[in-house]
Amino acid sequence: MFSIIRTMWLTFLHMFHKRATIQYPEEKPQLPARWRGRIVLTRDPDMEERCVGCYLCAAACPVDCISLQATEDEHGRRYPAFFRINFSRCIFCGYCEEACPTYAIQLIPDFEMGEYVRQNLVYEKEDLLINSQGKYPGYNYYRVAGLAIKGKSKGEGDNELEPVDVHSLLP
Amino acid sequence: MVLFIDNKPYEVPAGKNLLETCLSLGLDVPYFCWHPAMGSVGACRQCAVKVYKDENDQKGRLVMSCMEPVVNNQRISVEDHEAKEFRGHVIEWLMTNHPHDCAVCDEGGSCHLQDMTVMTGHNYRNFRYKKRTYTNQYLGPFLNHEMNRCIQCYRCVRFYKDYAGGKDLDVFASKNNVYFGRAEDGVLENEFSGNLAEVCPTGVFTDKTLKQHYTRKWDLTMAPSVCQHCSIGCNTIAGERYGSLRMIANRYNGDVNGYFLCDRGRYGYEFVNAADRIRNPHIQQRETDRGTLLSTLSGLLNKPGVIGIGSPRASLQSNFVLKALVGEHNFYHGVSDTEHDLAELAVKILREGPVRTPSTKEVEEADAVFILGEDITNTAPILALAVRQSVQQQPAALAEKANIPLWNDAAVKGIVQDKKGPLFIATLTTTKLDELATATYRATPECIARLGFAVAHALDNTSPAVTDLSENMVVLAGQIAQALRAAKKPVIISGAGCESDAVMKAAANVAYALNKENSNTGLVYTMLECNSIGLAMMGGHRLHAAFNAVVNGHADTVIVLENDLYRHGRKSDVEAFLKACRNIIVLDHSVHATTQQADVVIPAGTFAESDGIVVNNEGRAQRFFQVYESKDMVCESWRWLLDIGAAANHARLSHWKNFEEITHAIATDEPLLKRIDAVTPPSQFRVAGQRIPREPHRYSGRTSMHANINVSEPKPPEDADSPLSYTMEGYRGMPPSSMIPFFWSPGWNSVQSVNKYQQEIGGELKGGDPGIRLLEPVADKTIKYFEGIPEAFKPLEDHLLIMPMHHIFGSDELSARSPSVAQRIPKPYILLSMDDAVALSLLENYMLTFYIGRYEYSLPVKVSNALPNGVAAVPYGLPEIPYTELPEWATTRSPKYLHTLTPTYTPKHLNT
Repeated sequence: MFSIIRTMWLTFLHMFHKRATIQYPEEKPQLPARWRGRIVLTRDPDMEERCVGCYLCAAACPVDCISLQATEDEHGRRYPAFFRINFSRCIFCGYCEEACPTYAIQLIPDFEMGEYVRQNLVYEKEDLLINSQGKYPGYNYYRVAGLAIKGKSKGEGDNELEPVDVHSLLP
Repeated sequence: MVLFIDNKPYEVPAGKNLLETCLSLGLDVPYFCWHPAMGSVGACRQCAVKVYKDENDQKGRLVMSCMEPVVNNQRISVEDHEAKEFRGHVIEWLMTNHPHDCAVCDEGGSCHLQDMTVMTGHNYRNFRYKKRTYTNQYLGPFLNHEMNRCIQCYRCVRFYKDYAGGKDLDVFASKNNVYFGRAEDGVLENEFSGNLAEVCPTGVFTDKTLKQHYTRKWDLTMAPSVCQHCSIGCNTIAGERYGSLRMIANRYNGDVNGYFLCDRGRYGYEFVNAADRIRNPHIQQRETDRGTLLSTLSGLLNKPGVIGIGSPRASLQSNFVLKALVGEHNFYHGVSDTEHDLAELAVKILREGPVRTPSTKEVEEADAVFILGEDITNTAPILALAVRQSVQQQPAALAEKANIPLWNDAAVKGIVQDKKGPLFIATLTTTKLDELATATYRATPECIARLGFAVAHALDNTSPAVTDLSENMVVLAGQIAQALRAAKKPVIISGAGCESDAVMKAAANVAYALNKENSNTGLVYTMLECNSIGLAMMGGHRLHAAFNAVVNGHADTVIVLENDLYRHGRKSDVEAFLKACRNIIVLDHSVHATTQQADVVIPAGTFAESDGIVVNNEGRAQRFFQVYESKDMVCESWRWLLDIGAAANHARLSHWKNFEEITHAIATDEPLLKRIDAVTPPSQFRVAGQRIPREPHRYSGRTSMHANINVSEPKPPEDADSPLSYTMEGYRGMPPSSMIPFFWSPGWNSVQSVNKYQQEIGGELKGGDPGIRLLEPVADKTIKYFEGIPEAFKPLEDHLLIMPMHHIFGSDELSARSPSVAQRIPKPYILLSMDDAVALSLLENYMLTFYIGRYEYSLPVKVSNALPNGVAAVPYGLPEIPYTELPEWATTRSPKYLHTLTPTYTPKHLNT
């Protein structure tokens, strides 16, 4: 008898507790910044594509749902000619983000990707590329890589010496 | 010999260095500057191991394992803490200036530097100072240069200069600033420059054609293939991604190509991806579907009067099925009559003669070489690379005498200096190998043959003697005979390149005469196409007989298999022939003059889309595997022919269903090709119940690459013709040596993983080198010397004997279609001797108009000091130079009977 009353009392007290359930979709959940949701391709501080088409995300993907083709512009800067993620296969494990050497591919706290037609879950580069640096502002891969691109010749990157003068005999 | 490594005893062969020995035993010792084909120089200090005095020695001393010979009962340690730390430091120093580039580097994923860095455990740059940078150079259409990545191992110059004889790559500057490149921007001229992409342990030199459609090694669907661009048949790995062929890499075969490929073979693949490939069947130039095609053809083929023309660049299977379809009497070899005779002669000599034809590897080991008439740098480049090594054989004896092991490259080079073994070259004009030659002789094929016969006579009195020899020639013949007689393993090289049977017979006589005294004599014939010998071993009639059959009305329907007849017959003959044919059915993959005149065009597969067997110049039957299935209607010629045969209710063809059954039929039907069903394991072959995957286990994008078309993944194609699968699933261990789709081993992602596939380093692959030799001489044959010594060449007034001049880039039909190779094709020209040019009052680049038959040609002149008088040479097989059956006499005076409507030919770019 006592236990029944105690149970009812405890249940009654819950009416005054803070609610964990939120009224989604009217109310949006507050997700941490590192939540692994929709995948985006970000841009570097110069608003150029960060992705250099190195294929590491595709290799890391356990469900093989990323495919791309690298190409380069006339100055030698690499970028993906196409970049496709099949979100109907994606398990949002975040390995691609971990593998990315340029912080290009990032998982963001957006999970509202429901579709009635499965084909619509295939995202191409224009669906993935955003006009933002995402979670890692300030990083510019080409500043630290040795490759020369438009606007950065050899020796102009961070932590680089002037190109060697092969004809010089000076010590 | 017993070697203790980390206290474990191993039985090892003597004469090797510790590094090779450890690698042969399967141990992982990191290295950079050592290369199995080029030996050790001990420059990079990466392969350090500990050597102990005896079992009580606790301290030991660090040595470079590549510079230390194996000693019996020696005790060494690879795992020793100090040795590991030393190697870790070395790689850290090598990496101080290495850029943060892997993501944008083409080498990434197949990079020896990556592998070695991971192997030694270096992962953090402690060096706090700035990185050194270099500017890059333009090196031509084949290689990309990114000098920042260099770790100064010197492998590139050692390969390019010392091994391949290149002149235009070198090391510049000094100390920490050394620079590997050319003196100035420009095309790397050596024929083997593409190997730098594989020789360089990192990404300084990378494949420029791969860069244009870049794919990581792990993303390629790869299959073992055989190069189709000359008669040597180098083994290659062909890789595909997204339906296009992406790259050709070397597939080690100890007997054939070893570690290297020529640039024609490496970069000639792009014709597969050409935009104008034939991808759908056409009837009367209109695209059609499969059903219409098969019903049309079955109607045509059920009538009498059908003949088939085979091809020296199509597989045995395709040629054989065509032969079966049209019947033995109606099957014609699609090669010019001269080539037909020369290939048959080669088969006859190698099969019935007493002399064995050596593999390329054995040519490398020859200690005296005599080349008759063949410019092998241009007709069989890998053979030329082997000859380059062979001249080192005799001087290397000096090193052995001085107790220097042959792998100790720098020391051997030091003692050898510029001494060279005997190499004699008799060709029409200068060749690239001349720089190594003991003596050269420039003459027409007739005179070269006379020299050959004279050498044979000098070696053996019973061989026919040459009359009216000049004194110089007698002396030269004597010198050659003496050098050949003194050699332990002499090799005679000749071939179809100068289109002369006399030269080939003379070479045979020399080899026969030598073989009497020395059974190690070798005789090599190079041919013009990848399957010339295979076709010759199959039997069939001459091309001219086909022309006659149609022109005389015995036949009216012709099936042409992967062949541009204009490359094999005189233009007027081919035109008359094609005009006389009522139905021309052509199976081919690329558009050419013959397909343009065809009534029915059937889309055949290239080597990448086909399974097949080709026989190289050595008589080695080798299989190439389909790399990928085309999405269009493209498939193997033999499969099309089977389908056509089945549609026409052909009795034999309807029974054959796949590659296997055709191959068995060839083995039963063709007496000379009896063993070809043993070239690879049968298609039912499995390892542990599993197929061998064409894709590496890291293959990516399977659920996404076709998702733009349909989100549901298609079922991967199943291979009914081979034990290979088109997926990444299957047996992950080592496949049989004839079916290695790619080289990979844990921790060894680069091409250097081939070490793990070899019986011993630089030796044969585990399970034997692939391919089956079909031509072996019968022992104890009585020698029958060839007679028929030609008269010496005499120039004719107002006439020039036009000879073909082979070019590595341009003379081969298919590779010339590759855009990168096309950039290296020479402009059309006619080469004249100095005297002839003076007599015709012509200077370099002046136009010479000459007439062959009723055709007029106009070509810019090049002048040579080496060319004999009365002879001219034009580049062979160039699309701009119409084919006539060379050699042919041309007149420099306008003939009276010249047809007024004769098409005058002037190359387009010369009009400006």
